[in-house]
Amino acid sequence: MDVLQQIRLGFRSLMLHKLRSGLAVLGILIGVTAVIWLVAMGEGVSFQAQQQIKDLGATSIIIRSIKPADESTLDTNSRMGISYGLLRDDYDRLLSNVPTISRAVPMREISREVRHRDRAIDGQLIGCTPDYFALNRLPIARGRPLTEVDLRTYANVTVLAHEAAGTLFPIADPLGRAVQVGQEFYVVVGVAAPRTAAAAIGGSLGARQYDRDVYIPLSTFRTRIGDRVFTVRAGSTQLETVELSQITAVVDSMSDVDETANVVKSLLARYHKQVDYAVVVPKELLEQAETMRAMFNVLLVLIAGISLLVGGIGIMNIMLATVTERTREIGIRRALGATRTEIVQQFLWETVVLSGTGGLLGVLFGFLCGPTITAVRAAVAGGLPDVWAALPANIRNLEPRLAPWSVIAAFGISVGVGILFGIYPARRAASMDPIEALRHE
Amino acid sequence: MSDTTRDSQIDAAAVTPAVRGTLPPVGDDVVASVVRVSKAYRLGGHLVRALDDVSIDFHRGDFVAIMGSSGSGKSTLLNLLGCLDRPTTGRYILAGQDVARMDDQTLSRVRGRYLGFIFQSYNLIQQLSVVENIAVPLAYQRPPLPGGHDRCLRLAELVGLSGRLGHRPTELSGGQQQRVAIARALVNNPQVILADEPTGNLDTATSHEIMDLLDALNRAGRTIVMVTHEDDIAARARRVVRLRDGRIERVSENRPAAS
Repeated sequence: MDVLQQIRLGFRSLMLHKLRSGLAVLGILIGVTAVIWLVAMGEGVSFQAQQQIKDLGATSIIIRSIKPADESTLDTNSRMGISYGLLRDDYDRLLSNVPTISRAVPMREISREVRHRDRAIDGQLIGCTPDYFALNRLPIARGRPLTEVDLRTYANVTVLAHEAAGTLFPIADPLGRAVQVGQEFYVVVGVAAPRTAAAAIGGSLGARQYDRDVYIPLSTFRTRIGDRVFTVRAGSTQLETVELSQITAVVDSMSDVDETANVVKSLLARYHKQVDYAVVVPKELLEQAETMRAMFNVLLVLIAGISLLVGGIGIMNIMLATVTERTREIGIRRALGATRTEIVQQFLWETVVLSGTGGLLGVLFGFLCGPTITAVRAAVAGGLPDVWAALPANIRNLEPRLAPWSVIAAFGISVGVGILFGIYPARRAASMDPIEALRHE
Repeated sequence: MSDTTRDSQIDAAAVTPAVRGTLPPVGDDVVASVVRVSKAYRLGGHLVRALDDVSIDFHRGDFVAIMGSSGSGKSTLLNLLGCLDRPTTGRYILAGQDVARMDDQTLSRVRGRYLGFIFQSYNLIQQLSVVENIAVPLAYQRPPLPGGHDRCLRLAELVGLSGRLGHRPTELSGGQQQRVAIARALVNNPQVILADEPTGNLDTATSHEIMDLLDALNRAGRTIVMVTHEDDIAARARRVVRLRDGRIERVSENRPAAS
């Protein structure tokens, strides 16, 4: 009998018990669909993460100020408070001593309440240079970015991030109007376009959100806010002195990144008594993310394997029942010339048809992953806007990415499971004594 | 044997009405030969001799009825003849080969190639149609027989079921089911047709229809060995072999062949 006939025969025999076969198919279907969906969502999440890391720049080295955990080693006196982090001298040293660094962008940030009349947001006040916008891929939607002139003239001007602008100026045009930070007023000259969060980098756990940023020139920051900042923590106030929050060094080629990062580390180590900074290499993050993704996928395949195993046991159960029920048929076929091998083949084909059908349907449902998620998302956003707003951006923006390998693997495993779990019932069928089998009621 | 011979046999059977009295002669060549065969097995600590030193030859064109009370060994003999079982001692020559010491695989092939089975309870496969049931033995032919589908159609016509090719066994009467089984037993052009109580589940009228069909096949040259316990059915055979306690008690000629 050729393969097509075998498959047809298997299908016909399975149609004898439609419900039973259907349930066995369902078991495999769910397993295969689960594999494809899980992998697609995992790929979507990791794609997002990689995109975020890439946004940091694969040729960048990010150096951030970090408050050391052990405060006793810090430069402390009661009047001056504590002092830590990157220095303006560090910035100069990096530029002059590390030839592979083509440019470096310094930045100072602090949480501040930003007001416009009766409206206020808890924003992130960021002192930066014009390069900062290009470096962080922050396009200006309206108005203009900060300029070198602003920097030189210590101008009280600001660029608002998208959400900050929307909150402070729900109706009015923000351009030309002033926002208040502390006692100072800044004229809004530009509004940045919306931007998704970037990957979490050293020191901060959450993904970097850009939505509530308020950008002012770094020079203005230094004169209006200063390096010293009071923080209120656990009921006591503390004075902290931080010159720069972050320096982003940009290297010309990817191959120089690792070596430059090492040079930067050793240079900083020479001038800092304690490690009050962190060097983050997005390229390394990218590699880490790649490793994470691989581990994640192994985990998913494991889960999928278990679900398919359960499906396989279901199939074995069905086939054992089938073999017992069709003992008579086995006897007839043996009498009419079927060898044991041919009986094994017949029942193996039957299980393969069973698991293959489940696999195919599972793949079909697997392809529905994207549309289903879109539909669910639309339903949640429309029906439960509060819930929707409370969801993290990562989930709101999740786009499942169907991985071709997962489709092939899931289908392959399902058929493999069918064969594996079909062997025992098929062998049991073949090992029957034809005389006994013919006598079977 | 070539295909044309096979077909001419079938056609001959189809057109030959059951003319009583004049039978074609039984050939001299022996198709199946049982030589000093014994079959013993243990049953609850006792050694049971189901067959005890039985020897019998089956000639081409013979029609033999095996009779005997239950426990006489007739089922055991039929199982041995059908290559479903192997004797404890002795030889069984089928189509020139000693099948007594063959392994399971070879025995399966021998069954598929040289034997046709007709059972008391028809033993059709429920999920297959009439024509598919007839074709079942073709799936196990090595090498495959050419023109299988046409053979099945001709055999269905021969047994009078041309109009029901697509029916399932459950949609047929007992007599019709047995006709399908007979067609199935012929599809591989066997050397010997083995029938185990072929009329056991049928009423008298249908029984005689089935026997007419077997009779016609025998006239066309088919060798038939049939187990039965009904005297009027056995009377339709050429020879009757009576078994008792695992031995051949008597062999009688019913209808001597016209010589």
